[in-house]
Amino acid sequence: MADTQEIQPADQAGSAGGADGSGPNPRFALRNKVKSGEGRLAARLIAPAVILMLAVIGYPVVTAVWSSLHLDKADAGLNPQGFFEVGGKWVGFKYYTYWFHCGSTCVPGTTGHDFYPAIGQTLLFTGATVFFEVILGMIFALMMNGTYKGRGLVRAVILVPWAIPTAVTAQLWKFMFDYQGILNKVLHTNIVWLGNTGTARAAVVIADVWKTTPFIALLLLAGLQVIPADIYESARVDGATAWQRFRQITLPLVKPALLVAVLFRILDVLRIYDLPQILTGGANGTTTLSILVVRELRSSPNNASALSTITFVLIFVVAFLLVKVMGVNVVQTEARGAKK
Amino acid sequence: MRHTKIAAIAGIAVASMVLAACGGGSGKSGSGGGSTDPSNSRGPITFVQGKDTSGIIPAITKLWNDAHPDEKVTVVQQTDQADQQHDDLVQHFQTKDAGYDVVLVDVIWTAEFAAKGYLVPLKGSYALPTTGLLPATVKAATYAGTLYAAPETSDGGLLYYRKDLVPTPPTTWDEMIADCKKATAGMGCYAGQFSQYEGLTVNAAEAINSAGGVIVKDDGKTPDIDTDAAKKGLDFLVNGFKQGYIPKAAITYQEEQSRAAFQSGQLLFLRNWPYVYNHLSNDGDSKVKGKFGVAPLPGLTGPGASSLGGHSAAISAYSDHKQTALEFLKFIDSEEAQKTFLNVGSLAPVLASTYSDPTLVAKFPYLPTLLKGIQNAVPRPVTPFYPKVTQAIEQNVYTALQGKTTVDTAVKNIQSAIQTAAGG
Repeated sequence: MADTQEIQPADQAGSAGGADGSGPNPRFALRNKVKSGEGRLAARLIAPAVILMLAVIGYPVVTAVWSSLHLDKADAGLNPQGFFEVGGKWVGFKYYTYWFHCGSTCVPGTTGHDFYPAIGQTLLFTGATVFFEVILGMIFALMMNGTYKGRGLVRAVILVPWAIPTAVTAQLWKFMFDYQGILNKVLHTNIVWLGNTGTARAAVVIADVWKTTPFIALLLLAGLQVIPADIYESARVDGATAWQRFRQITLPLVKPALLVAVLFRILDVLRIYDLPQILTGGANGTTTLSILVVRELRSSPNNASALSTITFVLIFVVAFLLVKVMGVNVVQTEARGAKK
Repeated sequence: MRHTKIAAIAGIAVASMVLAACGGGSGKSGSGGGSTDPSNSRGPITFVQGKDTSGIIPAITKLWNDAHPDEKVTVVQQTDQADQQHDDLVQHFQTKDAGYDVVLVDVIWTAEFAAKGYLVPLKGSYALPTTGLLPATVKAATYAGTLYAAPETSDGGLLYYRKDLVPTPPTTWDEMIADCKKATAGMGCYAGQFSQYEGLTVNAAEAINSAGGVIVKDDGKTPDIDTDAAKKGLDFLVNGFKQGYIPKAAITYQEEQSRAAFQSGQLLFLRNWPYVYNHLSNDGDSKVKGKFGVAPLPGLTGPGASSLGGHSAAISAYSDHKQTALEFLKFIDSEEAQKTFLNVGSLAPVLASTYSDPTLVAKFPYLPTLLKGIQNAVPRPVTPFYPKVTQAIEQNVYTALQGKTTVDTAVKNIQSAIQTAAGG
């Protein structure tokens, strides 16, 4: 979520040319620069950033993949004296096989048994939360975008849930979903919310929607604000209804911002951990992939590395498909200018 | 082209988010331990424990430091979350950190740390006398026939009951279920901790042990839960939900929720730890002040077997001052220190004699009952595969409590899950 400054929904409305504005053929200009030695300077200037990226991103990724291919001491078995044998042996894709195909050893109560359900539940949470968040977020964004008295207050109120740390949110909702909690009191029901599969899942979705709708609303608001008011005016003059204005003007123009928001939310929910962990501890069909990773981490870190690598690939594929199919423009690139 | 580039950037961002938490953890630590020369391994030591929520550290360190001015102890406090304490210890062991001399381990971690060679075996020149200590606490600190830690504090489950409604506490499950009709309208009968977490393992193990069953054999790796005794134990809990003597909301109870239910007068019987006693008698909102009593847990045919809680102190295999550390372990089990743990921190002692001290009994009226409980207590499985064992129990017992699986299936699943875990 720290990446919000990279999101520039305004780019469509603004000039879409090369960022450096150095002429009609940026590629040629670049070659000239390299020749003049500026390229080497550039390399030196970005070196610290690249090294930092490698250290904080490259190293953990490579280490995780590396350890997922080696035997964990905790899986090495006991010698007759009761000590663990030495680990570290190359085991190839043994741990990956465990997750994808552990067969008869996958009885309930093992992490392997929870693998496919965890994927399903993670995708379920992703679909459900993003669906509701987009609809509600759009409504909130339109509310925040209007001009009326007390708009500042409305904006502040809408943004409050997002300002609360997720762990605190989860704990608050846990109190509300409690059997003695306020929800049962207000609704005059006797539902054990966190004790059944359906309601526990609903609880996670409700809490997440409550918490993150403001995030979508904020991104959409940014998209709405760059739509020039005169377009609406002329549409009104032409006799367009409010619904038509929304369908024909607002939606297409806010689409870039919307897609970016959806992409970020999807990537975010695919690794959801804190909300279900605090609300249910993963019980009642709310175990997500991240919860499963942490659970496995307690007994076999190398096996957990394999699972987090799988999670990484899954999220990568989803991100890739979204970018490919929906054409989300996450990072404004000059290639766009060159291509068009 | 542009899309692949963008995808790559997105991918890297995702990678850092997902994998950042999983960098460490390769099995590079040494095996064995305690082989260094015990002579001249003296000096200042550190004592690593979780956050001092009971406020005993100042008193304990003062006692030790006054007597050992040249070998002072420094206490390192971890977080107050057990899982995080465990992970912190593992990380320091893996880096062979000599900065951790004496570590406080939860009773359920002892076997794992011992089997990984992180702890000094307390035998030979490091032998620790255990006379006077409660046997269950010693058993919980013993792995593969060798003592690895000095029991520091103990804990056992107690049956809290409404003495205004039930004058004589039940000693068997049948008696207790018969007492349920004494509950007033809208009051549940019995509850423990049945949410899917470590507390459920505690409660399930108590039920199983109280019916004469076991979970894992003494070798720490052979499951033995697929027995009639174990099934009878679990039946007590499963039937509770089915027949209603356990309220349905109890499926979400951890310690605090179950305490709140009893404290507000909604339960006739409650299984919980001794810490609840003070809340029930002193909290402003307590509706059961002076109306409750404590008794040993009931069982199938007689008094039940509590699970054992508490912590033990162990010497890190990578400590440079092991001799001083051993002295510190002996100090922790001394009468003076044990009384301090109880007096200052309300922590249950491991020294049997403390439980009959008249002044202490006056201050902590539940002591004699707790002693009976701990004398009958059975440690949760002492196994190096504990995280997997407890997970197998939690998940399968939970679905059985919900009525989604039968007790038969649950124990078969636990049996084979433990077999898989211990098979490597």
